[in-house]
Amino acid sequence: MIFKKTLMATTALTVAASGAFAQDMADSMTIVSWGGAYQSSQQKAYSEPYVAMHPDVSVTWDESSNEAVAKLRAMNEAGNITWDLVDVVAADAIRLCDEGLAMEYDPEELLAPGDDGSSAEDDFGDLIVSDCYIPQIVYSTTFGYRTDMVPEGVEPPSQICDVFDVEKYPGKRALEKRPINNMEWALLCDGVAKDDVYDVLETAEGQDQALAKLDTIKDDVIWWSAGADTPQLLADGEVFMGSTYNGRLYSVIVEQEQPVAMMWDAQVFDLDGWIIPTGLPEDRLARVKDFVKFATDTTRLADQAKYISYGPARASSAPLVPEDMKQHMPTDPANAGNTFLYNYSFWADYRDDIDAKFQSWLAK
Amino acid sequence: MTDATAGAAPGQKKPGKVLAADGRPLKESLNRALRLQKMRALMLIAPLLLFVLLTFIAPIADMLFRSIQNGIVSETLPRTTERLADWDAKTGELPDEAVYEGLYYDLFIAAERKLHTRLGSRLNYEMTGMSSLFRQSGRALDDIGDVYFDQFDDLDKNWDEAEPWAELMGDPAWLTKMQAWKKADGKKMPKFVLADGMDELLPRTAETYAAFAEYTQVDEGKSLVKEEPWVLVHTALYQDLMEKDVTGYTGPQAEMLKAADAAVGGFESITFKEGMQEVDEDWLDHGTWQTIQMYSPEFTNGYFLNAVDMQKTPDGPEFRNENQQIYGLLFKRTMFMSLMITGSCILLGYPVAWLLANLPMRQANLLMILVLLPFWTSLLVRTSAWKVMLQQQGVINDVLVWLGLVNDADRLVMINNQFGTIVAMTHILLPFMILPLYSVMQTIPPTYLRAAKSLGATNWTAFWRVYFPQSVPGIGAGSILVFILSIGYYITPEIVGGTTGTFISNRIAYHISSSLNWGLAAALGTILLAVVLGLYYAYDKIVGIDNVKLG
Repeated sequence: MIFKKTLMATTALTVAASGAFAQDMADSMTIVSWGGAYQSSQQKAYSEPYVAMHPDVSVTWDESSNEAVAKLRAMNEAGNITWDLVDVVAADAIRLCDEGLAMEYDPEELLAPGDDGSSAEDDFGDLIVSDCYIPQIVYSTTFGYRTDMVPEGVEPPSQICDVFDVEKYPGKRALEKRPINNMEWALLCDGVAKDDVYDVLETAEGQDQALAKLDTIKDDVIWWSAGADTPQLLADGEVFMGSTYNGRLYSVIVEQEQPVAMMWDAQVFDLDGWIIPTGLPEDRLARVKDFVKFATDTTRLADQAKYISYGPARASSAPLVPEDMKQHMPTDPANAGNTFLYNYSFWADYRDDIDAKFQSWLAK
Repeated sequence: MTDATAGAAPGQKKPGKVLAADGRPLKESLNRALRLQKMRALMLIAPLLLFVLLTFIAPIADMLFRSIQNGIVSETLPRTTERLADWDAKTGELPDEAVYEGLYYDLFIAAERKLHTRLGSRLNYEMTGMSSLFRQSGRALDDIGDVYFDQFDDLDKNWDEAEPWAELMGDPAWLTKMQAWKKADGKKMPKFVLADGMDELLPRTAETYAAFAEYTQVDEGKSLVKEEPWVLVHTALYQDLMEKDVTGYTGPQAEMLKAADAAVGGFESITFKEGMQEVDEDWLDHGTWQTIQMYSPEFTNGYFLNAVDMQKTPDGPEFRNENQQIYGLLFKRTMFMSLMITGSCILLGYPVAWLLANLPMRQANLLMILVLLPFWTSLLVRTSAWKVMLQQQGVINDVLVWLGLVNDADRLVMINNQFGTIVAMTHILLPFMILPLYSVMQTIPPTYLRAAKSLGATNWTAFWRVYFPQSVPGIGAGSILVFILSIGYYITPEIVGGTTGTFISNRIAYHISSSLNWGLAAALGTILLAVVLGLYYAYDKIVGIDNVKLG
C-alpha cells in the first residue's frame, strides 16, 4: 500500500516536473558491464554525471557482460527481463539481434546528434554494425611484450610475424583460446595477403594452413581465456609476449609500470557498446532511452577516454580526447599503421565450424 | 479359515473380523491410521519436495529435453518443410517451384516477425553459412513482392492503401467496429474476422492477410485501417487472380478487384525460384535444402550425433572428419582424470582421516579446522594460488632452481596441463574424501586393532586384515562424492588445465554461454548424466551401495 502510494507520488512528481508531454520513467536502472577498470570508466563518465542531474534515479551495476548472451536468452525464455542496458562486444550484439533478444532502434531518434553538427548516423558511421547496436568505444586486441626478455643484440619485436618466430624470439607466448584473430594472424604470417585472409580462411585448406602455422609455435603457447590472464602472465614473466585488449596492456605499462611494451602491428579492432533488451516495460524503456541519449553524446564518449585507453566511437569525440591519452589509443595514427577490423559476418557464419576444428586441434 | 473357528459358537464374530472401538474392522482402521501418518509425513516434506521439483528437477528435465527438440525449423518454415517432405535429396535436383513459393511465404512472415535470424543461427550449427543466408535473405526478400506490388499500385493507387484492403478482406461487421475503435478509449482492438467466402475466393491472399492482420494487431498493436498490407499479400493476390475466377464476386471493392483480375494476365512476373536466386545464390545450393530437409522434423537426433563426433547425412549417421572430432577424446579424458583425482584423494586423504580419528580430541579439532579451512576460501582464490605455486616462474620452480635441483633454463612445466588440473582438483576435493572417511573410521573401535596385535598380528597385518576392511565403506562414499564432483567440474580445469587438462564440462560451459548451442550442450550433459548413472549402477553391482557409509 505504502509502496503503491510512493509509486503514485513519484509518478505524479515526475509528470509534474517534466511537463505534460513527458513519458513516465522508471527511477531505477540495472546496467550490465564487464567490471574492472572498464566499468569504472563508464561509471565516472556516464552514470555519475547522469545521477547528478537526476538525483531520484538509482543505478545498479551488474558485472555479467561475459555471459550476457546466455543470460539474456534465459531471461527472455523466463519472460522476466531484469536488465535495462547491457554492454556487449559487437559480435554478441549481432547474435542478440539475430535472436530477437536485443531491440532494434533508430539512431536519429535515440542518439543525440554530434557536437560538430553531424547526424548521429554519420557520426557513428560504419561502427553501427547491427540494427540493435549502440557503439561506445573502439578497442583492439594486440600484443605486448616484456622488454627485459628481448634477447641481447636483437631488435625488439615489432611485426606480427615475430610472434611466430621462436628462433629469433625464444620464449612463451600467450594467445587467446579461440580461433578468432589467431587464425588471421597465422595466415598473415604464412604468406597470405591481408586482403585475401578471409577468402583463404573460408576454405578447408585455408583453415588447415592456419592451424599448421599455429602448430609451429603450439609448444610455446599458453592459452588464455580471460582478459586478465595475459597481463598477469606478462607481469610474472611467464610469457615473453601475449595478446590481449589494449586497455589491459595500458594499465600494465602505465599504471603498474611493468617492463612491458606495445606491439601494435596487425592489431584487430573491435567494438564495445550498448544493447537494450527487448520486452522492457514502457517506463523502464523510457528511462533507458533517456540515459543512452545522454551517455552516448559527443562529450560523454570523449570523457570516458580520460579514464581508459579506448577510442570513442563517435568521430566528433576524437578531437576532445586528452592529449596525453592519444598516444595510447589504438586509433592513433602512429599505432594504426597496420590494422584489422573484426570480420563480424565471416565469424557469424564460420565460428561454429572453425571453432570445432580449432578445439580439436588444441586438444591433441 | 480353519475348521476349529468355523465350529465356534454361533453368534460370535469371526476372528478375522476383529473390530476397532469405532466398529470398523481393525485392519481397515490400522491401514487408515498408517495412511494418515504417511500423508502427514508427505505433507511435512511437501514444501521441500515441491521446491526440489520446481527449481531443480523440472529445469534440468527441460534442459535435457532440448537435446532432441528441433521444432524451430518446422515452426518458422511450416509451408516449406511440409512441401519439402516429398523431395528426394538423392536425385541431386533442386526442389520444385512449390517449395520455393512456400519458402518465400514462410521467410517473409518470419522476417516480419524477426524470427528468421534465429532459425539461421540454429541451422548454422549444422551448415556453415546459414546464419548470413537467413539474415541477408530477410533483408532482400521485399524485391520479389515489389515486382507485383508496383504493378498493382500502377493499376490503382488504392492497392497501396490500408482501408480498401481492410474492406475487401474483412467481415463488414468487424470493419464497422474497427473503424469506430480508438486507441484513446483504452479498449481492446476488435480481432480481425475474415469476410465470408474470401478464403475460397482468394485463398492465398486470405491466408497472408490474416497473418498480416494478426501480426499488426497483436505484435505491433496497430490498426488495420491504417496499416497497408505487406507486399507479400500483393504477391498472393497476383497468384490467386491468375488461378481463380472472381467474376461472381459482388462484395466491397468488387470493381477494384475485377479491374485487377482483368489486368494481371499482362503483368510481368518472376518465378519464386528466380526470385530466391536473386536474393541469395545459396538458395540454389543443394546442400542448403538437404540441411533444411534433414532438420525438418520436430525432434532430432542431430545433437546427440554431434555429441559423439558424428553427423547426420542423407545416407544416415557418419563420423565427422578426424580434424573435427573432439567429444570422444574429452569424455575419455574426463573419465581418466576424474579417476586419477579420486585415486590421489584416497592416497592423501586416508592417512589424514586416520590421524583425525585417532588423535586426542584437542589436536583432532585443530586438524579438522585445517581440513575445513579450504572450504571457507573462495574456489577462485585457491585455484589462482595453485597458479602462483606451479607456474614456471612460480614458488616451487624458484625453490627448485635455488636448491640447484633444476636448471634455470628448463624449469618444470607443472601447470596448464593435466598435472596442474589433477593437483589443483585433488586439493579442492580432498575434504570430500576426508570427511566420510573420518566419520567411518570414528566408528571403528580401537580395541579391534589392539586385539589383533595381542593375538600376534604384525602392525601391517592388523591394519590390512582388521582395520582397512572396516574403513572400505568410507572409501566408497568418498570416492563416489569425489568422482561425481570432479566429473562435472569446469572452473578449475579452465584456469589451470591449459589445452590437455580440460574436461567435457568446459565444452558444455562453452556451448551454454558462448556458442549458444544449448541443444548440443544438453546432449553432452545427458550423456554425462547417463555415464554417471551407469557407473553408479556398476558400483552398486560390484561393491554394493549398502556398503557405502557416510558415518
